[in-house]
Amino acid sequence: MSVNTSLASIGRVIRIRVSGLGTFTRFFWLLLQRSGIVFSRPRLVSQQIHFIGNYSLLIIAVSGLFVGFVLGLQGYYTLNRYGSEEALGLLVALSLTRELGPVVTALLFAGRAGTSLTAEIGLMKAGEQLAAMEVMAVDPVRRVLAPRFWGGVIAMPILAAVFSMVGILGGWVVGVLMIGIDTGAFWSQMQSGVDVWKDIMNGVIKSLVFGVAVTLIALYEGWQCRPTPEGVARATTRTVVAGSLAVLGLDFLLTALMFSN
Amino acid sequence: MSTEKTDWWVGLFVLLGGVALAFLALRAANLSSFSFSPSYTLSAKFDNIGGLKVRAPVKSAGVVVGRVSSISLDTKTYQAVVRIDMEKGFLFPLDSSAKILTSGLLGEQYIGLEAGGDEKNLPDNGMIQYTQSAIVLESLISQFLFNTAEKQGSKTTPPGASDKPQN
Amino acid sequence: MPSLSTAPDDLVLRLSGVALGYGDVSILRDISLDVRRGQVVALMGSSGSGKTTLLRAATGQIKAQAGCVTLFDQDLSKASGPALQTLRQKMGVLFQQGALFTDLNVFENVAFPLREHAKLSPSELLMRVLDTLEAVGLRAAAHLRVSEISGGMARRVALARAVILEPELVLYDEPFAGLDPISLGITARLIRKLSDRLGCASVVITHDITESFAIADHVYLVGQGVIKAHGTPKTLGISTDPYVQQFLKGQPDGPVPFDYPSTPKFEAWLVNQEAKR
Repeated sequence: MSVNTSLASIGRVIRIRVSGLGTFTRFFWLLLQRSGIVFSRPRLVSQQIHFIGNYSLLIIAVSGLFVGFVLGLQGYYTLNRYGSEEALGLLVALSLTRELGPVVTALLFAGRAGTSLTAEIGLMKAGEQLAAMEVMAVDPVRRVLAPRFWGGVIAMPILAAVFSMVGILGGWVVGVLMIGIDTGAFWSQMQSGVDVWKDIMNGVIKSLVFGVAVTLIALYEGWQCRPTPEGVARATTRTVVAGSLAVLGLDFLLTALMFSN
Repeated sequence: MSTEKTDWWVGLFVLLGGVALAFLALRAANLSSFSFSPSYTLSAKFDNIGGLKVRAPVKSAGVVVGRVSSISLDTKTYQAVVRIDMEKGFLFPLDSSAKILTSGLLGEQYIGLEAGGDEKNLPDNGMIQYTQSAIVLESLISQFLFNTAEKQGSKTTPPGASDKPQN
Repeated sequence: MPSLSTAPDDLVLRLSGVALGYGDVSILRDISLDVRRGQVVALMGSSGSGKTTLLRAATGQIKAQAGCVTLFDQDLSKASGPALQTLRQKMGVLFQQGALFTDLNVFENVAFPLREHAKLSPSELLMRVLDTLEAVGLRAAAHLRVSEISGGMARRVALARAVILEPELVLYDEPFAGLDPISLGITARLIRKLSDRLGCASVVITHDITESFAIADHVYLVGQGVIKAHGTPKTLGISTDPYVQQFLKGQPDGPVPFDYPSTPKFEAWLVNQEAKR
C-alpha cells in the first residue's frame, strides 16, 4: 500500500514539476512578447535599472574587492611553491573574468535584487494592485514585469564587469602593494595571457545568460506566489534557491561549451 | 526620486559598466596590442608548426612585430601554411628566416623572425623562404636516444680497442 | 461627454441567468440583474455570499459558467484582448482595500490612468488630476505618499482614480467597510454626486444598509447563492421574506443560521481529539 502511494506521489511530483516548467516557459514567452515597452517607454526600464543595478553596486563592488584580495593571497601562496608568483596577475584576471565575476555576481544578484523583485511583485499581487491595473485596461505584464526583466538583464553584465575590475585591482593591491610582486610582471603576464574574445567576451555572455535566468525566476516566483505573507516568504526563498542553482548549472554548461578545445 | 535624477544615476551606472569593460579589455587583456594599426600580410610554410596557435606573436629580436592570423594545410605539399599580419612599419629583407620558438621552457610557441641581408624587402603577400619547424619533444628524445645508441655502438665495435672490464 | 446611442433604455450592464464559481465549485446560480445609465444599484448580502465574485464577472476577470454577461451591449464571454481593453476603459473600479500603487504618491496614483490611456500635456494633466482630487476633497493632499494617508483618505484617492477617465460604469467593492461615520457620510454622498455629475451607472457592493439605502435607486439582495430579493429600498423595507427580514433587521439567527453546520470531517476530528485524552 505504501509503495503504491509513494509511486503515485512521485508521479504526481514529476507531473507538477514538468507542468511547472511549461508554465515557466509560457511566462518567458509572454514577457518577450510584451517587451515592446522598452522602446515605447524607455523611462520605465531606466527606472528599473536604477533600482536593480545602482542599488546593488555597493555590495557587488565590496564583494569584488574582497574576492580580489583573497585571490591575490591564495594565488600567491600556491604559485610561490612553483616559483611562478609573477603569474599572479594572470591567475587573478582569468579566475575573475572567466568564472568568479559572472557567477558570484549572479549569486549575489539573486539574493539581493532577485528577492526584492519577487517580494515587490508578490506584495503588489497581494494588495490587488495588479488586478487594479488589469481592470484599468493596463496590461501588468507589459507595464510592471517587462521593464523589470530588461532592467535586470541590462544591469547584470555591468555589475559583473565592475566585479571583475574591482577584483583585479584588489588582487593588485594585495600582490604588488602588500606582498611585493613586480607590478610590471603582474600586468604584462596578465595582458599576454587574457584574450579579449575568449575570456572577457565569454564572461560577458555568461553574465547576460545569468541575468536572464535570475531575473526571469525572480519575476516568475512573484507572479505565481500566493498573495499571503507566507506565500511571499516562500516565493522569495524559492527565488534564491532556484536562481542560484540555475546559475551554477548554466555555468557548467556554458563553461563546457565555451572553453573546451 | 524625480525622473531626471534617476536618469542621471542610471547614466552613471551604465558609464561605470563601460569603463569596467574597457579596463578589462585594454588593461587586462591583449586588445591594446595593435589589432587596429595598419598591417600587411606575409606567409610561411613549415613542416611542423608544433603548438603554434592563431594570434601567437611574431617577434624579431624579442620585439613583437606581428601576429599569426591563420593556419592551414597545403594539400599538395602537406606543409603547414601560416599567414602573418605584420605591422606596417616593420619591413624585412627577402631572405629573412622564420623559426618556431618556445617562450621559456614549456611556454607558448611563437614565430621568431631573423632579418636577412637582401637589399629588397618582402612585399605584401610575400612568402618567407627560409623556415625552421617547431621542435617536437618526441623527435628530440628519439634523436637523443639514437645518438646515444650510435655512440655506444662505436665504443664496442672497433676490434682491439675493447676495454678491460674495470672492477 | 458624447452620449452613445445604445438601446433606448440605456442598459449598461446585464446579467441573465448567470452561474459563477471557481473550478468545479459554483458559488452563484441563476443571477439576473440590470444596471441602467444614471442609476445607483446596490448589491447586498452577508459575508461570503459571492458579491466580489459578481464584481469579477462584471469586469471580465472571470467567465460565467452559465448564462450571459452583457457589458455595454457586448457579450463578455466573447470579448477578449483588445476588445476587453476597450470595454475596461469605459469602466472604473474601486477595490476593497483601495489597491493604490504604493510606490507612487497620491497625485501619481490618480494620474496613472491618464498617463496610460490619454495623451495630455503636463499642464493639462496637472489641472485634470487636481480637479478630480478636489471633487473628493483631497486637492491639497496630492503630494502625500500612500503610506502617509489614512484609510478613509486612501479610499477617496482610489475613488478619484476610478473616475478620472469619466467612465460610464463605476463598480464599488465595499466602499463603506471600516470607515468612521464622517467618512461614511462623505463616501456615500460622493458616490451619488459623481453618478449624477458624470451621468454614469454605479454598482455598489456592500452590506451597509443605512448608507446604501440612502443613495441607491435599486437594491439586489444576494444570499445562499441566488438573488433573494430585489426592488427599490422602500419595497425591500416592507418585504415579508424571512431572509430579507433577517438581513435588514440584523437578526443573529434565521434563514442564515448562527451555528456553523456540522460535517463528517468535524466529527472525525472531534473523535481524534477526545481519543488523545
